[in-house]
Amino acid sequence: MNVDETDLPGLGRRKDFMTASGRRIGVVEYREGQTELIVSTWDDPDTCQASVPLTADEAATLGNLLGGQRLAMKLSEEHREIPGIVTRQFSISAESPFQNQPMGKACIRTRSGVSIVAIMREGEVLPSPGPDVVLHPGDLLVAVGIQEGLDTAASILRNG
Amino acid sequence: MDPLALTLIELGAVVFCLGLLARLAGRIGMSPIPLYLVGGLFFGAGGLVKLEGMHEFAHLSAEIGVILLLLMLGLEYTAAELVTGLRRSWQAGILDLLLNFLPGAMLAVMLGWGGVGAMVMGGVTYISSSGIAAKVITDLGRIGNRETPVVLSILVFEDLAMAIYLPVLTATLAGVSLLMGLQTVGISLAVVTLVLVVALRHGHHVSKAVHSENSEVFLLNLLGAALLVAGLAAAMQVSAAVGAFMLGIAISGATAHSATRVLEPLRDLFAAIFFVVFGLNTDPRSIPPVLGWALLLAVVTAATKMITGFWAAKRAGIGVPGRYRAGAALIARGEFSIVIAGLAVASGVVPTDLAALATAYVLIMAIVGPLAARFVEPLVRALRRPVRGPAFRTSGPA
Repeated sequence: MNVDETDLPGLGRRKDFMTASGRRIGVVEYREGQTELIVSTWDDPDTCQASVPLTADEAATLGNLLGGQRLAMKLSEEHREIPGIVTRQFSISAESPFQNQPMGKACIRTRSGVSIVAIMREGEVLPSPGPDVVLHPGDLLVAVGIQEGLDTAASILRNG
Repeated sequence: MDPLALTLIELGAVVFCLGLLARLAGRIGMSPIPLYLVGGLFFGAGGLVKLEGMHEFAHLSAEIGVILLLLMLGLEYTAAELVTGLRRSWQAGILDLLLNFLPGAMLAVMLGWGGVGAMVMGGVTYISSSGIAAKVITDLGRIGNRETPVVLSILVFEDLAMAIYLPVLTATLAGVSLLMGLQTVGISLAVVTLVLVVALRHGHHVSKAVHSENSEVFLLNLLGAALLVAGLAAAMQVSAAVGAFMLGIAISGATAHSATRVLEPLRDLFAAIFFVVFGLNTDPRSIPPVLGWALLLAVVTAATKMITGFWAAKRAGIGVPGRYRAGAALIARGEFSIVIAGLAVASGVVPTDLAALATAYVLIMAIVGPLAARFVEPLVRALRRPVRGPAFRTSGPA
């Protein structure tokens, strides 16, 4: 993927690329540290239709959502041969009882039979996380298991 | 009345009125600079109210205002940005200089103001207002647009051009000979290069010297250093403003960002007083006779900035609407045109009509600039559509 990086003197830096559908998408990183998501209009790729200011947390969460989708798709692809196995993503909300707790405390595998195969955090992947990995709000857990098990796991993460 | 009491009352009234004007400007979404100028015209010589008590303070404040304006201009871009900007956009920068310096200079010659007047008016029409341009780009949500780096790098080039122009202007105003003038150009080029090299290689030392975690200490360090450097520069016959500008360039990185934050309120206050004082010293009765010239100059130099932006954006591979947007974003003139005219008026070697023309010109351009930036796109679309429409239709008798 060819990402254009352009200096914005006095402001910061723009990083963007052209999507297959003909729209430019990317971020503006300000010198003061803010991030803005930018999307160009349909008819003029030079113009921005939207520029959405994001906090560091929001940018990380968006990165997880987009990256997590890709990881989940790849995993589903690999598990296609085995019937009944499904991949699902769980995000840790600020209300989750396990936020800022080691993952082992939730005993997900024991209680639901579901494996957490990766955690997406701030745009990065932690593969095969151990039970002592501390969960943060905004983390995206990639889980593999059967349908019922995943439902149980979701309810554990939400309600404890 | 006690002179101190009178001074305080006048100063308070003026600053309070400036607050009202700035608020009005914010309400209608325009730059406050033209309103400050109008405020100054209203209070000053030949205006409705005469202010005598605050003259001394206002004069010194205006000088500090210029120093702070230039210091902040220097802080705006890092040395690395200046160098890459220069490398990438020098062709557009030179086109900008030629197209926009010449109209002002030619009009000055036509009006019989001589070489010095031409030098001053050229500068007034050349330099875009980076303050207004940056605000317009932000307000219209165009920071992510593809033509924005083109606009910004032209502003960066103008910044560097100011570093050469101001010392030359100061020398010209002091009435030195051609040889001396060339010497000044040589010295200012050498100084600019030296400061850039120092800022690139050893910028952190300069930054360290003024930096402090305590914002009070930091402010005093910065202001002290700026006034010292400006004063020394003035003593060496280089303009005080240039000294402050160079200091701004030399300070870089994180220090520059926090310096901008700390200095902003001070700049706002003193720069506002500077614009008022400029207005105060301009007789409002001298404006109507030059208004026609100001309008003509406004039309011509709006067109020349349009051409500059259009050409630069085209070279960068921007589509047609973006080219118009780039041109329109550059139209506004403001603070630095007034700084140039102010230096000239203070030296007393240019006719007073020049101040009136510069005031009228900046009043027009500071108002027209943001409007042009906002409405150029719908206007261009409206104009292009009827032309494009029939071209796609199959014509001929049915």
